[in-house]
Amino acid sequence: MNEKLRYWMLVLPALAVMILFYIWPVLNIWGISVTEPSAGLGNYTRMFDSNAVRVSFVLTFRVAAITTILCLLLGYVLAYTISNFATRVRPLMLGLVLLPFWVSVLIRSFAWIVLLGRSGLVNDALMDAGLISTPIRFMHNELGVLIAMVHVMLPFAVLPMLTNMRGIDGSYMRAARGLGASEWRAFREVYFPQTLPGVFSGGLLVFVLSLGFYITPALLGGGRVMMISEYITYQIQEFLNWGLGAALSVALLVATAIVLLVAARFVNLRKTFLERS
Amino acid sequence: MTRSPLRIFFATGSWAILAFLVLPILVVIPVSLTDTSFIGLPREHLSLQHFDTFLHSPEWLHATWTSVWIGVIVGAASTTLGTAFCIGCWFLSDRAAMIARWVMIVPILVPPVVQSLGFYKFWVTLGLIDTHFGVILAHTLLALPYVTISVFAALTNLDRRIPQAARNLGAPLGMAIRTVILPSIRPGMITGAIFAFIVSFDEIVGVLFLTVRRVETLPKMIWEGIQESVDPVIAAVATILVFITLLVTAAAVARSYVASKPQAS
Repeated sequence: MNEKLRYWMLVLPALAVMILFYIWPVLNIWGISVTEPSAGLGNYTRMFDSNAVRVSFVLTFRVAAITTILCLLLGYVLAYTISNFATRVRPLMLGLVLLPFWVSVLIRSFAWIVLLGRSGLVNDALMDAGLISTPIRFMHNELGVLIAMVHVMLPFAVLPMLTNMRGIDGSYMRAARGLGASEWRAFREVYFPQTLPGVFSGGLLVFVLSLGFYITPALLGGGRVMMISEYITYQIQEFLNWGLGAALSVALLVATAIVLLVAARFVNLRKTFLERS
Repeated sequence: MTRSPLRIFFATGSWAILAFLVLPILVVIPVSLTDTSFIGLPREHLSLQHFDTFLHSPEWLHATWTSVWIGVIVGAASTTLGTAFCIGCWFLSDRAAMIARWVMIVPILVPPVVQSLGFYKFWVTLGLIDTHFGVILAHTLLALPYVTISVFAALTNLDRRIPQAARNLGAPLGMAIRTVILPSIRPGMITGAIFAFIVSFDEIVGVLFLTVRRVETLPKMIWEGIQESVDPVIAAVATILVFITLLVTAAAVARSYVASKPQAS
């Protein structure tokens, strides 16, 4: 048998299963969007005319963008400390980053509900201390969604930045310091530019995952912060509106694809997704 | 070491961020020990009643067991398929193989709700709705990207001349894979299998779309519990899962301290 053909025999089972049972059904969503409830582009005209859809899309992009920025800021501080200062506590710090990463998103969201709810632990503590007389609304609004989303997404920002910083040669920094640059200046002009690939990588990962995120916004938003994924399930569960749900799914997929295409100019997609460590 | 302002800022900032990452999760522990029948801190004394409820509830135990065995099958299936796939791609190493690898990680990029909608419509025509097989198939597809990423990472570190030497000495392809390649990529396969198990064990959106009453998994029970009631038994379940994760992470941290010791001294 031809050598190359044998290699393809190894590749084919997984590839065939993926194309037949994943790629094909996902592409089929386009078919649903132009056939249900009636043939035509009706779902798309309704989608573009709907104010609620526009609000949901703007909300989705805003929440994803704020989550990404916060994750990058906090994640950078963490990744920088772990790679540069914390020699002795490095494994401990890494462990503390990975621990939440391995706890399921559902349980992390539950913990935030316990903390931020109307009669949650934070409100209870503030009221017992006499600092407030009526509970503050921490959740069922954008604030609660953002807090929990940053919590869930932070490890996804830290890990690519850590991989990047691990590969940075410390001698550039030492050379800059030796030539008289202040610590801050050496960091800003020598170290920081070298970390940008990691920053972009982590940012893209967080942004793409946030765009389609369902569990945490649905649980912490309480139906009031309806990001596009929740809007889709809402249309399907409440109104059995598969056609509009499918059209919205196509729109979300296209939006994700555009983000990736634009990002490809700044980010090494191969390193971000295929060769993730 | 000098204590410059920059250094102090980064170190204190990092511990604060780590506290933000870890402490909110630990809050499930005191809540699970509450003596009340609603979610909150213990009032009079600590109580294990909610753990007792969990351990004596046929529904919770059955859902836990279902999630475990589905996860094990998903781990085995996706590791087998994914490893064969990666070895084939690694030998080929051409443009087509690169495209195939990209196809394989598409499930990471597609939003969970979108893929679940696609699954649902297709599973209806296949008659797989509310079956264990339907969930296993969906989870295997969702786990394959993680398996291929970690197995391929292991393969990139493998010297191409080693399997080539085995082939030149007359070993057929199957034998070279079994005796030379598989043993050297075992760590990547194990990582992939663990990832696959966890992807399946934690998966919720697909299960919500694809099952009705016959298939109950642990995440589905937790999801329904959060939405419907304020039963602290969820906190007990969460505590058990957090505790397992804590033990495994602590073991990994301790191991890396032991491993790094000879270099430090």
